Amino acid sequence: MLLIHCPYCDETLPELEFAYAGEAHIDRPEDPSAMTDEEWRDFLFIRNNKRGTHFERWRHINGCARFFNAVRDTVSDKFLTTYKAGTPRPSDAELEELGK
Amino acid sequence: MTAFRIPGKGRVNHDTAVRFRFDGKSYGGVEGDTVASALLANGVHLMGRSFKYHRPRGPVTAGSEEPNALIGTSRGKGRFEPNTRATVQEIYDGLKAESQNKWPSLNFDIGAVNDRLYMLFSAGFYYKTFMWPKSFWDRVYEPVIRAAAGLGVSPSEPDPDSYASRYLHCDVLIVGAGPAGLAAALTAGRSGSDVVIVDEHTEMGGTLLSEDQVQIAGQSAWDWLSATLDELKGMNNVRLMTRTTAIGYYHQNMVALSQKLTDHLAAVPGNAPRERMWRVRANQVVLAQGAIERPLVFDGNDRPGVMFAGAAQTYLNRYGVKVGERAVIVTSHDSAWYCAFDLADAGVAVAAIADTRDEIAPEFAQMAADKGIEVLKGHTVSSTTGRLRVKSVLVNPVRNGKVGASRTIDCDALLMCGGWTPSLHLFSHTKGSLNWDSEAEVFLPGDKTEACHIAGAGRGLWGIARALEDGANAGSEAAIAAGYATEVGLYPVEADRTGGGVTHKELPSDRDAGKAKAFIDFQNDVTAKDIRLAVREGMRSIEHVKRYTTNGMATDQGKLSNMNGLTIAADAVGKEAPKVGLTTFRPPYTPTSFGTFAGYHKDAHFELTRKTPIDGWAEENEAAFEPVSLWRRAWYFPLSGEDMHRAVARECKATRQSLGMFDASTLGKIEVSGPDAVEFMNRMYTNPWTKLAAGRCRYGLLLGEDGYIRDDGVIGRLSQDKFHVTTTTGGAARVLNMMEDYLQTEWPDLKVWLTSTTEQWATIALNGPNARKLIEPFVEGQDLSEEAFPHMSVSECKVAGIPARLFRISFTGELGFEINVPARYGRELWEKLYEAGQQYDVCPYGTETMHVLRAEKGYIIVGQDTDGTVTPDDAGIGWAVGKKKPDFVGMRSLKRPDLVAEGRKQLVGLLTDDPKTLLEEGAQIVADPKQPIPMKMIGHVTSSYWSEALGRTIALAVVEGGRSRMGESLHIPMPDRVLSAKVTETVFYDPEGERLKA
Amino acid sequence: MTHFSALSLLSNALTGHKNWREQWPDAQPKKAYDVIVIGAGGHGLGAAYYLAKEFGITNVAVIEKGWLGGGNTGRNTTIIRSNYLYDESARLFDHAVDLWEGLSQELNYNVMFSQRGVMMLAHNVHDVQSFKRHIHANRLNGVDNRWLTPEEAKAFCPPLNIESNARYPVMGAALQQRAGTARHDAVAWGYARAASALGVDIIQNCPVLAIRRGTDGAVEGVETTKGFIKAGKIAVSAAGNTSVVMETADVRLPLESYPLQALVSEPVKPVLPCVVMSNTVHAYISQSDKGELVIGSGTDQYTSYSQRGGLPLIEHTVAAICEVFPMFRRMRMLRKWGGIVDVTPDRSAILGKTPVKGLYVNCGWGTGGFKATPGAAHTLAHTVAHDEPHPINAPFTLERFQTGRLIDEAAAAAVAH
Repeated sequence: MLLIHCPYCDETLPELEFAYAGEAHIDRPEDPSAMTDEEWRDFLFIRNNKRGTHFERWRHINGCARFFNAVRDTVSDKFLTTYKAGTPRPSDAELEELGK
Repeated sequence: MTAFRIPGKGRVNHDTAVRFRFDGKSYGGVEGDTVASALLANGVHLMGRSFKYHRPRGPVTAGSEEPNALIGTSRGKGRFEPNTRATVQEIYDGLKAESQNKWPSLNFDIGAVNDRLYMLFSAGFYYKTFMWPKSFWDRVYEPVIRAAAGLGVSPSEPDPDSYASRYLHCDVLIVGAGPAGLAAALTAGRSGSDVVIVDEHTEMGGTLLSEDQVQIAGQSAWDWLSATLDELKGMNNVRLMTRTTAIGYYHQNMVALSQKLTDHLAAVPGNAPRERMWRVRANQVVLAQGAIERPLVFDGNDRPGVMFAGAAQTYLNRYGVKVGERAVIVTSHDSAWYCAFDLADAGVAVAAIADTRDEIAPEFAQMAADKGIEVLKGHTVSSTTGRLRVKSVLVNPVRNGKVGASRTIDCDALLMCGGWTPSLHLFSHTKGSLNWDSEAEVFLPGDKTEACHIAGAGRGLWGIARALEDGANAGSEAAIAAGYATEVGLYPVEADRTGGGVTHKELPSDRDAGKAKAFIDFQNDVTAKDIRLAVREGMRSIEHVKRYTTNGMATDQGKLSNMNGLTIAADAVGKEAPKVGLTTFRPPYTPTSFGTFAGYHKDAHFELTRKTPIDGWAEENEAAFEPVSLWRRAWYFPLSGEDMHRAVARECKATRQSLGMFDASTLGKIEVSGPDAVEFMNRMYTNPWTKLAAGRCRYGLLLGEDGYIRDDGVIGRLSQDKFHVTTTTGGAARVLNMMEDYLQTEWPDLKVWLTSTTEQWATIALNGPNARKLIEPFVEGQDLSEEAFPHMSVSECKVAGIPARLFRISFTGELGFEINVPARYGRELWEKLYEAGQQYDVCPYGTETMHVLRAEKGYIIVGQDTDGTVTPDDAGIGWAVGKKKPDFVGMRSLKRPDLVAEGRKQLVGLLTDDPKTLLEEGAQIVADPKQPIPMKMIGHVTSSYWSEALGRTIALAVVEGGRSRMGESLHIPMPDRVLSAKVTETVFYDPEGERLKA
Repeated sequence: MTHFSALSLLSNALTGHKNWREQWPDAQPKKAYDVIVIGAGGHGLGAAYYLAKEFGITNVAVIEKGWLGGGNTGRNTTIIRSNYLYDESARLFDHAVDLWEGLSQELNYNVMFSQRGVMMLAHNVHDVQSFKRHIHANRLNGVDNRWLTPEEAKAFCPPLNIESNARYPVMGAALQQRAGTARHDAVAWGYARAASALGVDIIQNCPVLAIRRGTDGAVEGVETTKGFIKAGKIAVSAAGNTSVVMETADVRLPLESYPLQALVSEPVKPVLPCVVMSNTVHAYISQSDKGELVIGSGTDQYTSYSQRGGLPLIEHTVAAICEVFPMFRRMRMLRKWGGIVDVTPDRSAILGKTPVKGLYVNCGWGTGGFKATPGAAHTLAHTVAHDEPHPINAPFTLERFQTGRLIDEAAAAAVAH
């Protein structure tokens, strides 16, 4: 069972309090109507499914109920960091620092 | 006193006799015995039969790694348990144990014919045969194989026991309470950190329990042990747990512990749980699990009486039991020499020590000479004799790689040691890497993935002095890492037993290797030959070898067999062991009861049951219930003698004629409020919301972003900035999650708040021509007239003096109201209305009647009339999609090519040609019933009921191009006949909707 | 290839089993192949076998990063059934069952396909409706599946708890008698041996680093730890690792990889005669020929390649088994393990061509890939050989995610109300 740091509660808590919510930083297009079928498919379905550093969303569903972002290594399942929704993703340099 | 018990010796309580039965025969033991030690004390070695060859077997170990001595235990109804290790199970008065995998008896087992035919049953033999004739596999071969396989028999009755579980947090968790673990606990405990130390045995001490000669800090081992345990028990920050196995090491230092609570008790307190699962989250973990002895591989190394030297030493020193009268030691490691000396000191005749090594420490030779033990250096074992008990061993000198002539030595115990394997199972669970130590030929811990420290024999350190020192250091490291200051104690040790040894593949022999039965995996009957055959057949990875031979897949999970299997496979492949690989150890460390994993989630508590505030009334009024998601809902209210059909017909009729009442509390309810609430609703739901006036309601339709219907419900606008959203019963949590997702992450700029109010409100639906008459006298603050409060209105008012949200809506087509009151008033209001409703013959109805009444009106149920592939247009509710809206969730997907294609399935009504014929929900529809199979199916029946109001059956169905087939005859091929029905509109009853205004 | 039979077993027994030959040689890569299959699981090895056997393409290599059969082939709970709702799925899985029925003889390797029946339990009215829909559709598609009352279900599987006071009482069951289990390792080994005998190279311990494409966009070969290997056609059949491999060819897929756990109990004498599945309580169980209860769990909630998986899911799974079979509560868990399953948005496979010339993909089987093994392998081989899908796998395109023509079995069983 993973331990997850909720950036809103600023507490590290067991996975049972959280719900996974898929890949992060996939913004819903401003004007879906303007998109081609292919672009819309990419938004709906295409995922990085990264082996390694993965940007993803979690929801502290049995806590503060907020959605937030996380960076996790999908090979070791270790979290590198979590951060509030809407804040930019950490840079590669920052992630490298966190990985140490 | 039994024949093989040494009075006064060991840690058992000689003064307390215990009687138990094994295979029907009564035996005596003493308090502190395991089944194995007690039987050995009675001279019984034969305790089981092996898996494949049904060879007679006795215990080879004195611990949880035992592969042979597996028994069934029973203590009354529902409390039978197979495959219990006799070396672990403590005896108690009245214990009933039986041997397994034998027929008719343990001494004479017909299945042992397999042993004679062993050449046929080579590794993987079943992949090569049993293929002809084809039909024989299911009918003949497999049933025979299945009956022959398995060990014990399954329990056959529900287990009456309960199981518990707990969470625990600590600074330092120490797994294993041998010298290393105890020293770690002392250091960490004295630092003030929260320590938990666990051990699978009945008492702590590990090796100290069987090595009582050692002196620690000037005390005898057992005195030091008592003092240490006393000190630890005296610390408030230390928790000691025996009979507790760390079974799995999970992410971020979560370790699962399985604690046995009652299996050793003669009288179990009535409500005591049998086992408890502890989920420990530790800041730091110290793994001090010791090492497991390794068998030597030679022909006949499996006969009863052949066991580990270390086990014999444990039986002797801990249990006061001699494992035989005349022992031979065969070893490649120094540790077995101490066993020989201890046995000799206890009066066992030690006929010889055969060591595979040419060089022996002079002090060993001297000591053996002092004790009159013959020493055979540079010797191998080529075979043994004896059917139900070892009778003799054949030893041969080996000079310059040549095996000399054998010599037979009589014995009734053959004690072997092929070295020691560091126990790194839990470390392996963490995916920590293992490094091959080519000198010691063992795997040692490498890179760690978790905050853990390995101490003692797990790091390949032998002897009590080094275990204590290493444990103390590991405890210190752990406590420091957890933020404590430590002082590492010193433990001077005298009379320690250390040493080294070598490891072997099969021992050299002068006999035909093809005929040798040199076992590697005792339980699964995997021999060295099998391993070599697997390699010969192309299995070069250890995983292939394991799977092909089943080596390491027995109930000891390779604790005894993996290293020998790997050594021999590597030899056969011609590579170094790590190049052939190491099979990953997987949880649990030892087999663990299902009940322990299930814990409290048993029977009614398997999952929680959600009940409405009115549920109790329904129960008292003998409702039949149905499970709907986590809820239980009143299904129908049968009067005496009524079946479901008649009850539902009555409920439907009563509602349409006068008045029905229904508990709709399970409907999901979400309050959407804030200045941007209407904008939020516009974006989420397909419908337009801007022009909906406060006090009015609208049917809301929610799609997924993929364009398919996810949920629906009536939504009331309470004020400009507040909506009362209802959802389906099962969809409430999903809808709220979806709303929160969009609100928090896509549109954080919107000022909207979402609150789940499902359980805040009790909801009572009143339907029927007399609905208004019933509630009018109860309502304050709202004129209920048609003009003031028309259909699809909502009002915050009072009902029976209770603050309420009153809806005028209908899911039946009748004049209808839904009263929401705070949940705590739900039952009170229900009862008041029920009482007042008697003048109108009010009829409580359940979900089934609700389903019928809505189907008569063609109202859909999301999830029944739709599945996850239905668009609004498919469901005939395209009118609920705002045509002028710039965007809403799912809008773009509705324009995808397949979603606008011709011929999609559309919801229609179906009326069977025979009005009495009820279609089966789920039945498939075809246009041409005469076509051959596979038929072209054009749709299926989604809802089908007897309509009391119409005096006939009705159905809803989704049919390809359904709306252009009005009046068409379609066919429903059933197994026994083909039914026919006409396509109709979906509204069967009161299509004009006159009754809503009654 | 030494023919396997009772006779060959006997004659080899008499000579101490010294004359058995390796079932497949451990090949080193040649410079070039007509077809490279990435992934030596049952699907990949099977595709190579059918390419050689049915389509005469024998210059084929199967490249595997670890040891053959070591992925999901060797980690699943071996349930085989074809009682799927949609025509497309029913056809594909029933094709697989047809092939399963003759597979031991076809491969001369006993894969122990055991048609002991798969029983799926209905625990609520919604389940009943859904199962009946399946049963009727299956019947008209010629797929075996029938309804059992709770009493009939118990008669078929005596350990089943059908007490009406259970938290989720059994309201009936759908039984596919033709369905069952097989010995998973034997499937990989049998295909490997048969493919090898036809000239296919099986190259183990050879991770593919990248798929290389030429200037025209078509595939040229693969970069591996053993060097570049040329091929005009590449079929990727790498289960949980498909996204990673395909990305090197610049093909992004609608896939997510999740941990899936399974476990076995200690072995006992025969007690569970069939496979029992309950989607409502998430319990999937059968008894292996060795006697172990083989139990499948659900996927963990997060994507992962760790093959580890958490404890809570296992606790829930075991609780569910004890709910359906209270007499198993005193049985013991012997071993649990994890695999990686690749899941598509509609939880049906992608099996066919890709936008890249010469590149084919077989992925997205989620938790149900084992049962499809021969069918998927056969149709994949057909697709590669003809550069056109077989009619059976034609609907399982990548394009469907663009058009919306999904094959959503799970959605069809949607739970709401």
